[in-house]
Amino acid sequence: MSHVHDVPASVSDSAFPGVAYARQTLAVAEADIRKLIHDPVELLTRMVQPVLWLLIFGQVFTRTRAIPTGGISYLDFMTPGVLAQSVLFGAIFYGISLIWERDLGIVHKFLVSPAARSSLVLGRAISSTARSLCQMVLVYLLALLLHVHLQEGLRAFVGVTAAVIFGSAVFSTFSLIAACIVKSRERFMGIGQVLTMPLFFASNAIYPLSLMPGWLHNLSRINPLTYQVDALRSLMIVGGSTTFGLAQDFAFMAAALAVMIAIATRLYPKIIT
Amino acid sequence: MAPIAQRQTATPADASAVRGPSAVETRSLTRRFESLVAVNQLTFAFGRGSIFGLLGPNGAGKSTLIKMLTTLLPPSEGTALVAGFDIVREPREVRRRIGYVSQMLSADGDLTGYENLLISAKLYGIPRSQRSARIAEALDFMDLTNASGKLVKHYSGGMIRRLEIAQSMLHRPSVLFLDEPTVGLDPFAKQAVWKHIRELRREFNATILMTTHDMQEADELCETIAFMHQGKIAAIGSPTELKTALGPEATLGDVFIHYTGADISEGGDLRDVARTRRTSQRLG
Repeated sequence: MSHVHDVPASVSDSAFPGVAYARQTLAVAEADIRKLIHDPVELLTRMVQPVLWLLIFGQVFTRTRAIPTGGISYLDFMTPGVLAQSVLFGAIFYGISLIWERDLGIVHKFLVSPAARSSLVLGRAISSTARSLCQMVLVYLLALLLHVHLQEGLRAFVGVTAAVIFGSAVFSTFSLIAACIVKSRERFMGIGQVLTMPLFFASNAIYPLSLMPGWLHNLSRINPLTYQVDALRSLMIVGGSTTFGLAQDFAFMAAALAVMIAIATRLYPKIIT
Repeated sequence: MAPIAQRQTATPADASAVRGPSAVETRSLTRRFESLVAVNQLTFAFGRGSIFGLLGPNGAGKSTLIKMLTTLLPPSEGTALVAGFDIVREPREVRRRIGYVSQMLSADGDLTGYENLLISAKLYGIPRSQRSARIAEALDFMDLTNASGKLVKHYSGGMIRRLEIAQSMLHRPSVLFLDEPTVGLDPFAKQAVWKHIRELRREFNATILMTTHDMQEADELCETIAFMHQGKIAAIGSPTELKTALGPEATLGDVFIHYTGADISEGGDLRDVARTRRTSQRLG
């Protein structure tokens, strides 16, 4: 066995902080993604909700024609909303894994490593997006089966993927913040339930903003889910339109993500105290 | 404080003077939790290449001290140098140079042994060209090569602890912190972990700071032992010195009771007990 005394490998990282940061961030994400590969049951259980929304809710409401959808079928209108919703529902409970790993001592191991606190947060956000991308594939397959009019081409694919990644990163980081504040699994589940439905209903996921009363409309304008759905509807559906424009949609999501990461980075070490 | 403690506690005024010889040096290190003073004006130092044992009843401040030294918890007052770096002003430099095995099981049960080591190697910046060899060495050193592809949740308790020690040593830290490394292990597994800790010390000249409630473990492994009580060091010295100071027939258990005024089985709040039980359950 070779012996290298008092020269820790990580000391050499200081010469390339950007490279070290990226590698540490990806290592955090890799740990979580490897676990998902070992046990993908979570992905299967997550499939149930979008299937129910599209097959039951979507099919029924398409027949009612009660909701103005701007010249596209209700099923087409709600498919991006269901995709955003499945991303939200998965990401918003992501923080419970942090509490669980804190209880097992795994978080301590990461916190005593030389990885920057922000890279620990960002790595977790990235691993959350891996789950959400799997859900994106499922929603696309369901949409194809239901003859939803999906846009084709690289622009649509890249745009939808980016919107899913941003949405997942924003809500999973929001979830980490909640976990760092409430610190217990029981309280976190309660908070998760309280947050999920208001975020969903105060958005344009299943009805347009024009139908909302003023107060709800105002709330929806500060809800990142609204901007994610707006971008998805324009990029994913033939004939889908954007209310705010793609630039504003992505700018809002990016800003929300930056704020969430900044807050989570400050709170992350407090999960163990 | 006992005479031994007064004799052995060092408070060098010049940090650079101890940057070399001291693995850990604390200076009036204090941590308060509201009105509770968990660690109280602690000043002590120990040199490199030794195994230093931290003993004391639950709630004495051992884990809080380790959390501060590993930068998991900021001190309320004072500071400490670990491997020559200040835990308050240079926490990332400290983290590059330490290894840590928590009282809880920090190996991820949903990953294989190899994957646990691989993630650590990446976090600590072990170059890609050296990663596989370093991981293979660590697995071999801890007798885990044959189990490297198994999920850790299928490991025995002793194997998990050995894997954790391998993880914590992968980047060749200057100081290794072991927080109750054998809690919950059966006597055979304990012996195996002790053997590997001794080998680490011998092969790598590693400096180890460990906490334990096991007097036999402290006696067998540690060159220096400090007894903590109510946030302060009540006594410090070699096991022989500490026992001799109390009488010819004294055991470390007697020393423990003498300086802390506590029975070994007493103490600890609900959180301490729950954590220990959780660890024991995971260890099977």
